[in-house]
Amino acid sequence: MNLAAHLPAHLPALQVVLPLLAAPLAVLLRSGNAAFVLVTAVAWAAFAVSLGLWQQTGAGAVISYAIGSWPAPWGIELRVDRLSAFVLVLVSGMAAIVLPYCRQSIEREIPKEQHYLFYAMFALCLTGLLGITITGDAFNVFVFLEVSSLSTYVLIALGRDRRALMAAYQYLIMGTIGATFIVIGVGLLYLSTGTLNLADIGARLPQVSGSRPVLAALAFLTVGICLKLALFPLHQWLPSAYTYAPSAVSAFLAATATKVSVYVLLRFYFSVFGESLLFDRLPLPEIMLLLSLAAMFIASALAIFQDDLKRIFAYSSVAQIGYITLGLSFGSESGLTATVVHLFNHGLTKGALFMLAGILVIVAGGTSLSRLSGIGKAMPLASFGIVLGGLSLIGVPGTVGFVSKWYLVLAALEQGQWWLVMAIVASSLLAVVYVWRFVEIAWFREPRADLPKDRRIPLSLQIPAGLLVAATVYFGLDTSFTVGSAAAAAEQLLGMNQ
Amino acid sequence: MRNDLVLRVIAKLLIPFILLFALYVQFHGELGPGGGFQAGVIAAAAIVLHVLIFGLDATRRIVPERLVETMLAAGVLIYAGVGVAGLLLGGNFLDYFVLSGDRVYGQLRGIFWVEVGVAVTVSGVMLKIFYMFAARGHDDGEDA
Repeated sequence: MNLAAHLPAHLPALQVVLPLLAAPLAVLLRSGNAAFVLVTAVAWAAFAVSLGLWQQTGAGAVISYAIGSWPAPWGIELRVDRLSAFVLVLVSGMAAIVLPYCRQSIEREIPKEQHYLFYAMFALCLTGLLGITITGDAFNVFVFLEVSSLSTYVLIALGRDRRALMAAYQYLIMGTIGATFIVIGVGLLYLSTGTLNLADIGARLPQVSGSRPVLAALAFLTVGICLKLALFPLHQWLPSAYTYAPSAVSAFLAATATKVSVYVLLRFYFSVFGESLLFDRLPLPEIMLLLSLAAMFIASALAIFQDDLKRIFAYSSVAQIGYITLGLSFGSESGLTATVVHLFNHGLTKGALFMLAGILVIVAGGTSLSRLSGIGKAMPLASFGIVLGGLSLIGVPGTVGFVSKWYLVLAALEQGQWWLVMAIVASSLLAVVYVWRFVEIAWFREPRADLPKDRRIPLSLQIPAGLLVAATVYFGLDTSFTVGSAAAAAEQLLGMNQ
Repeated sequence: MRNDLVLRVIAKLLIPFILLFALYVQFHGELGPGGGFQAGVIAAAAIVLHVLIFGLDATRRIVPERLVETMLAAGVLIYAGVGVAGLLLGGNFLDYFVLSGDRVYGQLRGIFWVEVGVAVTVSGVMLKIFYMFAARGHDDGEDA
């Protein structure tokens, strides 16, 4: 059998299977270096596969892949459309960039005998995140969610600070509650429709729409998924988890984990429940709008008062998720475009920022702001990168943050809601304050006396971080890939139930 | 407890039967209650009994930690390997139909190896968890 000729047809399976195979192989290899080479190669292969899928779905085609040749809706289906392909590119691309960074980074943060287990967990986490994005089966979403969550708890607990254990435990409790809610919601949907295939549930729901179990399913799924994506009042696990995790893990999770949860929310809302139930008959847009605004203002304000750089970024993540869900609450095509674009853009920005924070750790020995005084003079390049990333968080033209906010403002104007534009600008001003705090401490204070003389940073740390910073500027100037994909994905998502 | 003759003899008598029962549950899984998960747990229970009666060090000589860690990775590989075999033989991932010329026999062969993979991983994980708990205090105590 000529496998090469059939390869394009099997890309959906390979997307998940490659990292899945890498995890046990990394354990069998029992060597940190060999596991690093294997998992990095697999991440790049997965990135290539996701680009292939993105290209295949470019014309609006929906790829369906029947696992075990059992046709959907009976068998488990892998389903790739424009939105999932776009998220797959983000997740596997971030893994491919973060992994080369991992080697030198975990060398300093994790005991050597645990390195191969770290890479196995990383591969499992990647498997889970890609699996959630690609599957077309509601229960499969839950299974992959658990695969990614359980490996995430371990990755966070590997942080060298003892508080990492507490953070991982807190995330474990919250994450498990979220996963339980999700599985209850899926169970209620199965009860109402007799099927687990997402597209099939979507097709059957109109017959039972508005019945109590369906509304309960919607409520459970919304709360469960919002816990995973850290929507404002459910965000308590996030700041500690991102602060105490190893630097490479913070970078990868901040860029991908919550974004994949947003994808799950979009998938359930628009492919399963449908806009007519959500936006015409329930007060969901109002609730989402309120929570998004609360996230944008309260989390940004909290970020200002943190005294640890990683914690500032973590709170800023909660605020940025508010922008993502704000676009969703409009329920319009332009709103969804803004959501999907910001998903990608914020992933890039936060990935870059956490990687740079990891570089500062090496010289300053920590990320508490008192340790970072004068770091701008000691490490001009990394600090400049952080300022560029910060400008993107604020939304200064020329960075990806501006692109997202521009489309968000357009969507708000389309609804005729001028006051929302003011709110978006006002919350950006809060971002100015916390970014300025870093600038002030990094450049207007004297460097600490105990900074090491040898401040060389390995290239394998500088290049990936530099690449991401460059990407935040590049995609801020050339938006054809990001906005083009996002607009097409939003169009397809809204067209599904018509 | 290590000197208790009754426990030692009964354990030696029971362990082979527990393992045999695990194999029965394993290979009878597609016809009756059971399967790889249950079989893996039962097999691990036999080893756990051995630890309880003869002590951790004696068991570690028979089932070393290294083997346990290999098992928990190898099982996943066997399972995924069945899927990849389906791919290589021209079907979709985890396609059992193509594993043999006869479609029904192909299904049997596929589920057989998948269950083997499940059993290997489950008993590996069970033992790993048990070893980690049992080694707490045990290894430290010897050093002290």
